[in-house]
Amino acid sequence: MKSHHDLVRLEQVNLHFGRNHVLQNIDMALHKGCITTLIGPNGAGKTTLVKVVLGLTKPSSGNVWREKGLRIGYMPQKLHVDKTFPLTVQRFLQTTQCKDKSLMLEALSDVGAETLLKESIHNLSGGEMQRVLLARALLRDPNLLVLDEPVQGVDINGQLELYALIARIRDQRNCGVLMISHDLHLVMSSTDHVICMNHHICCSGHPEQVSADPSFVDLFGAKGAEQIALYSHHHNHKHNAHGDVIEECCEHNHG
Amino acid sequence: MADFLILALLGGLGVAAIAGPLGSFVVWRRMAYFGDTLAHSALLGVSLGFLFDINLNLAVIACCVLLALTLVSLQRQHLVATDTLLGIMAHSSLSLGLVAIALIDDIRVDLMAYLFGDLLAVTPEDLYWIYGGGILVAVLLHKLWEPLLAITINEELAQVEGVPVTAVRLSLMLLIAVIIAVAMKIVGILLITSLLIIPAAAARRLSKTPEQMAIGAGVLGCTAIALGLALSYQWDTPAGPSVVVVAMLEFLLIYSWPQRQAA
Repeated sequence: MKSHHDLVRLEQVNLHFGRNHVLQNIDMALHKGCITTLIGPNGAGKTTLVKVVLGLTKPSSGNVWREKGLRIGYMPQKLHVDKTFPLTVQRFLQTTQCKDKSLMLEALSDVGAETLLKESIHNLSGGEMQRVLLARALLRDPNLLVLDEPVQGVDINGQLELYALIARIRDQRNCGVLMISHDLHLVMSSTDHVICMNHHICCSGHPEQVSADPSFVDLFGAKGAEQIALYSHHHNHKHNAHGDVIEECCEHNHG
Repeated sequence: MADFLILALLGGLGVAAIAGPLGSFVVWRRMAYFGDTLAHSALLGVSLGFLFDINLNLAVIACCVLLALTLVSLQRQHLVATDTLLGIMAHSSLSLGLVAIALIDDIRVDLMAYLFGDLLAVTPEDLYWIYGGGILVAVLLHKLWEPLLAITINEELAQVEGVPVTAVRLSLMLLIAVIIAVAMKIVGILLITSLLIIPAAAARRLSKTPEQMAIGAGVLGCTAIALGLALSYQWDTPAGPSVVVVAMLEFLLIYSWPQRQAA
């Protein structure tokens, strides 16, 4: 982490949907100039946690603190614009209240999509759409970028490129970044802090640390973890189907 | 040209011009059935107006607005699916209106005029209502334009960026309620939704931005009013349905045109 200027802090955040305990005792902080990546299996509550950070969902208990005057640039997981809604990239970018065409072109060229300005939103490929969404988030000159699976629908090369781009944006603007990802091995080189979650935070830290953590191995299976892990050890708790921790005897065998 | 034709034309153009932009939102946000439900409830407004002897325009606006508010609060409770809820409310309010009208025995109500519109009977007083309501809606729509587009693109994105989503969504419903109330005189309860959605749907094919579609819908709607009235005058066909038929022909014409690179 480059600095400890906090942008958002979550303290003991819990969220229930009926009997479903989606978020359990989440403590986390997002820092300026730091890329934090949330990983975890499907249904682990990653998107829900992001929504709590964004203020879209209120936690059942716990505190959410945001820095005064925090400007969030949000890139949703998927943006489905109804076919009946005519929208060009330019008009879409204008919905940020930005009327300056040169600023729009600048944001688009930052993400390598400057040729798309006049294109219809409906004709974009998955990767192009992600880039346009990112450009739109940048136009708001955010202190915090929140990206929900930014590489969805993008091929592997494009994914690496997008992650590198996000890291470059962080370097240039020194903003905080929170993103959700499925695959640690692709994000690894371009993230500072990883939070591995399955309703609760299983482990967190530098990517190397996390990839070696038993709870990470447990969540993603030994095979998946081996691709990145330098070493692994057994795990001190297991998850049941709801992701709750089943306490077992602790056996930490660092191998 | 006869006076009644000029009044009809002015009334129709006023309604169609504002129905274009609002109708675009009805198309984008898939609110056609919602519009229909509001329109059906307008008849209840009419009969309540007669019953309590209040201004009919006011009674209809009040009834539509009340129904929109009820709908929003019922929708939140997730009792039944929204389309079921709309169906229940549409036909219950229409039936309630018809029953109430039948119970008022000292007044003979021309039901056909309310169901299918009576464009040729537009009075100068109606014009005040149409233009008063129309200008009010136009001003509010202009003010809310960007937030409305934002919630239409993506409500969560809009909320993160500080748009008061619930308030904006409710405002749109109320604007539609007002325009349906004043448009009832023109094409009637059963055909109002067509004036909202057919010109907008036709304009979609010709537009690359939401503004082009909104304005295009207004222009196509006004054209339909003018041609529909001419048709009605020439061949003595009912005015409201004639307008809708012209709008439909516009739609067919535009969509049968060979497609260029679509936006």
